[in-house]
Formats: sequence, structure tokens, C-alpha cells
Amino acid sequence: MLKAENITVRYDGNTVLDNVSFILPKGSWLMVAGPNGAGKSTLARALAQGVPYSGKVIYDGVDIASLKPAQLARKLGMLEQSNHLGYSFTVSEIVRLGRYAYRSSPFSKADSDDESLIEKALEYTGLTQLAERSVLTLSGGELQRVFLAQLFAQDPEILILDEPTNHLDLVYQKGVLDLVRQWVKGTGRSVISVVHDLSLARAYGDKALLLSQGKAVAEGAPCEVFCDENLNAVYGMDVRGFLTSLLDQWK
Amino acid sequence: MKKREALSPVTYLIMTAVLMASVLICVCIGSVNLPIGDTARALLDGIISLISGKELPRGGSHAIILFSRLPRVLCVALTGASLSLCGAAMQGLLRNPLADGSTLGVSSGASLGAVVAIACGITLPGLAGVGTMVTAILFAFLSLGLILLLSYRIDRNMSTNTIILMGVVFSMFATSIISLITVFSQEKVKTITFWTMGSLANTNYVNVLTILFAFIICAAVLFCCSRELNAFAIGEENARHIGVNVKRVKLIVLITVSALIGVCVSVGGTIGFVGLIIPHMTRKLFGPNHKKLLPAVVFFGATFLLFADLVSRTLLRPLELPVGVVTSIIGTVVFIFIFARKGAK
Repeated sequence: MLKAENITVRYDGNTVLDNVSFILPKGSWLMVAGPNGAGKSTLARALAQGVPYSGKVIYDGVDIASLKPAQLARKLGMLEQSNHLGYSFTVSEIVRLGRYAYRSSPFSKADSDDESLIEKALEYTGLTQLAERSVLTLSGGELQRVFLAQLFAQDPEILILDEPTNHLDLVYQKGVLDLVRQWVKGTGRSVISVVHDLSLARAYGDKALLLSQGKAVAEGAPCEVFCDENLNAVYGMDVRGFLTSLLDQWK
Repeated sequence: MKKREALSPVTYLIMTAVLMASVLICVCIGSVNLPIGDTARALLDGIISLISGKELPRGGSHAIILFSRLPRVLCVALTGASLSLCGAAMQGLLRNPLADGSTLGVSSGASLGAVVAIACGITLPGLAGVGTMVTAILFAFLSLGLILLLSYRIDRNMSTNTIILMGVVFSMFATSIISLITVFSQEKVKTITFWTMGSLANTNYVNVLTILFAFIICAAVLFCCSRELNAFAIGEENARHIGVNVKRVKLIVLITVSALIGVCVSVGGTIGFVGLIIPHMTRKLFGPNHKKLLPAVVFFGATFLLFADLVSRTLLRPLELPVGVVTSIIGTVVFIFIFARKGAK
């Protein structure tokens, strides 16, 4: 179980995240939603120890801030919303780096477990045929799958996905989320994802956390968190009315 | 499916053969051209004498080859290898193909040290030129300390951008002090100016051993960081996510590169473009994976600087050009060519 207690992040005197707390049981998928500037990505980065914060993040009784980088990477992995690459690494080279945290010395080679996880990650994400392709030749969707494969190869107990479907078309959006669901199914691994699409959040999440102006507005089951009262207050509009009117276009 | 992550033994063999041949050619050619057979024999005699302690045969061209040309050629090869290695490491660490060993400003610090030593006439008794070298190395480390301290005071996370910015600012400061010293140096202006252009003339075995010692240690450290440099080259955030201790690795690489650059600058002055252009070209051939790139740039950098130095001492014979001028001219042309081709694609 992951327990975040009073997470507060300040930048230049401004409070970006204000005393946010939540609990993530093992094997569940938490959807973090909220309008722009609510602090969703900052929360994801704080959990991944990418920004300084006050408060505690406890996982299985251990404060994760006390873990060494490699220990942390085995517990917790993060997929950024976008990755800009300058050098022409191959798909396989990037995915293989996912096993970095498991190497014992600078020159230790990948063992059979590493190799099988790398192959499985490539296969799962449909990248086996592209393994030796330069990442500079890939589309945005394919690149997102490369980093997802790296995360699968890293095989952490908690996956943090910061807007994983950003810039992806519908096919890729569904593909990425289905892959994550398949990967974590029955393994006890947990997922925290930052999302903008409330329909996707309801469809894939077991739990939801709604943020507004750096504060947690509601936490619990998605259908309870994404109720009209909460959404209308946070987004300042009739969210249900807007979403159903969009769906009506397809009738 | 698994592809070799390191260079193949055949590639190593070819690169070693090319480097050896380049060394031989560069020892043969000079103000007086020597037959390749005599040169090879003199080198062999030198090695035998070093191992067995036997006295070297007198006469012939042994003295020129072993005590004038060979130390210079070895210094040139080691400097080329070091500068390229530093450039490749910095380009990976900073994820910027325009970075090189001098990006951090340490080479300017080392230059300042050397200029201070020349202007003030700092020498060590019985060891000509060593005073300049020691002062330059000392200033290189002082500069690094100052840059890191300032970066830390400004940004506790010591982000790469802050360190680069501090490096650039320090570099400008050091350059302005060098200009100031040059203005007041009068009769030493020529020596300072020639030194800042970069030259490996008059190097000796003390210089060879100094660079060799620094190169072995620094190269070993950087080779150990190949995997981390790959992670940085993909992205610092990604490196953090996969478990790289980004702060520690960054410091290790920066200190190592600075130390090696400091030693190189102290011996040969500022030799530009080698650390920029060689990693760039080598990456085109072997890809960006540092497990291949770092060993390859060592060979390519050494070979490139050997021929640049050869051009510098033979183009306007008997006049010798500073090698830094030659590398800058070649580097600029190659750079424009690469970017023109990239643009055309």
C-alpha cells in the first residue's frame, strides 16, 4: 500500500500543491484528475522524487524519500507525458536501460531474467519488429510505446503515468491504457495516472483523486469523485452536460 | 535479436592498426623526412632499451626520433584522445551535440593559470615548463570548485543548466582576465598569444607521462559511466526514473572531464573543435551508445589530432602553425559540411 501524507510543493514562494493526502491499495489504479494548473503533474513528480516536497510518501512502511535511486526505481517507475530525443538510439537500447536499477556493477551484463523481461516488454508493446529502428524515425505514438516498454522492462511495483495518452490518437490512447491494464492485471502492481479525459478516468480507474488549485477536492471511487457537484465546482461548468452532448453527436 | 552493445574485436584491431600507422607516419614526417624503416627500427630500439635497460645505439636518427618527435607525437595522440573523450562525455551528459570539454569553463580557468604562470615567470627548479603545467592544473581545479560552489549557492539541485550558465559566465571572466594580463605582459605577449592558440611543440616525456596518467584514470571513470551517459543522453528525467543517481553521476563526470581538460590545456594550450567535431563524426559511424562511442572517440580523436599536428608543422615548413589554428579551420569546415548535409536531407 502507498500512503501519501500532506504532500506540499512550493515553487518560488507559491504553493503548487497543498497538503495532498491519499491512499493507494496494492493492485489498484488511481486516476488523478483536475483542471490545468491543479498540480496533477507536480504530484506525479513529487511521488517520483523529481521535485522537493514536504510531507511523506510511505510505501510498505518505508518512507520512499529514504531509498537510494536504484532502490526507488525498483519500487516506482514513471512515464513522462512526452520525451524529446536528440540522439538516434535504437528502440532496444532505450528499453534495455529499463533494467538499469537491477545491475550490480558498471560492467555487469543483462542476465536471462533481464533478457526475458526486455523481450516481453517489446512484445507486449508491439515493438519487437522495431527493436533496431532509430527512435528518431518513430511517430509520437510509437515513441510513447517505447518509453512504456522501458517502464515495463523496469518492472516497478508502482507505475506513475503522467498524461500517458497526451498527443495520442484514439487507437493509441486505447492501446496504451489497455497495455497498462493487461500488464498490471493480477500482479499486485499499482498505477497512478494523471489524466485530463474524465471518461477514460472513469473507464480505467479503480480510484480517483480530484485536484483543484493544488488541493485535493475528493478521493475515492471514480463514480463518487466525479459527481456533478465536484466536477461543476472544480471546472466551473456543467461537465456532465458537456460530455453527454458530445456523445449525443454519435447517436 | 540481441545486438552487440560494445565494439567488436575486429573494429578495435582496425582502429589500433590505423592509430599505430598514424603514429609512425607522424614520427617519420617533419622538418626532415625520415625513412619509415629507420623510424620503425629506432622505435623498436627504444622499446628494447626501455625494457632491458640497454644503452641506445649512438648516431643515426635515434635521438631525433626518440627524444624530439616521439614525445610530441605521443602527447598529440593522448591530447586528441582526451579532448574527444571529454567532448563525447559532455555531449552525452548535457544531451547537447554542441557541448565539449570546454563548455564548463574549466579550460578557460586552466588557460588563465598558464597565462599567469608565463606572465609571472613561475617555474619549478630544474623542470622547464612544469611550472606552467602545475599552475594550469591548479587553476583548472580551482575554477571547477568555484563553478560548482556558485551553482550550488544558486540552485541546490545543481541543474545542468545552472552549471553550464555558471561555466559560461566564468569562462568570460577568465578570458577577460587573460586579455588584461596580456596587455600588461609586454615582452611575453608573443609567448602567451602562441600558447593560447594551442601548440604541442617542445613537449617532452614528463608531459607524456602527465597526460597518460590523467588519461588512464579519467578514461576508466568515464568508461564506467557509459550506461549512465546513455541514460543522460536520452534525458535527465528519464535517467532519474530508471534509477540513475543523477546528481552523483553528474558530479563524477564533470569533475573527471574538468581534470582531464585541465591537464590537456596545461600541456598544449587551448585546442578547439577536437572535442566538438570528433564525437559528432564518430556518433554518425557507431551511433550514440556510449559503450561504443567512448572507445571509438579515443582512437578517432588521437588519429585526427596527429594529422592536424602533422599539417601544422609541415604546411608552411619550416614555419610551424599552432595546432589549435589547424583544428579550428578543419573543424569549422567539417562542421559546416555536416550541417549543410543535414539541412539538405
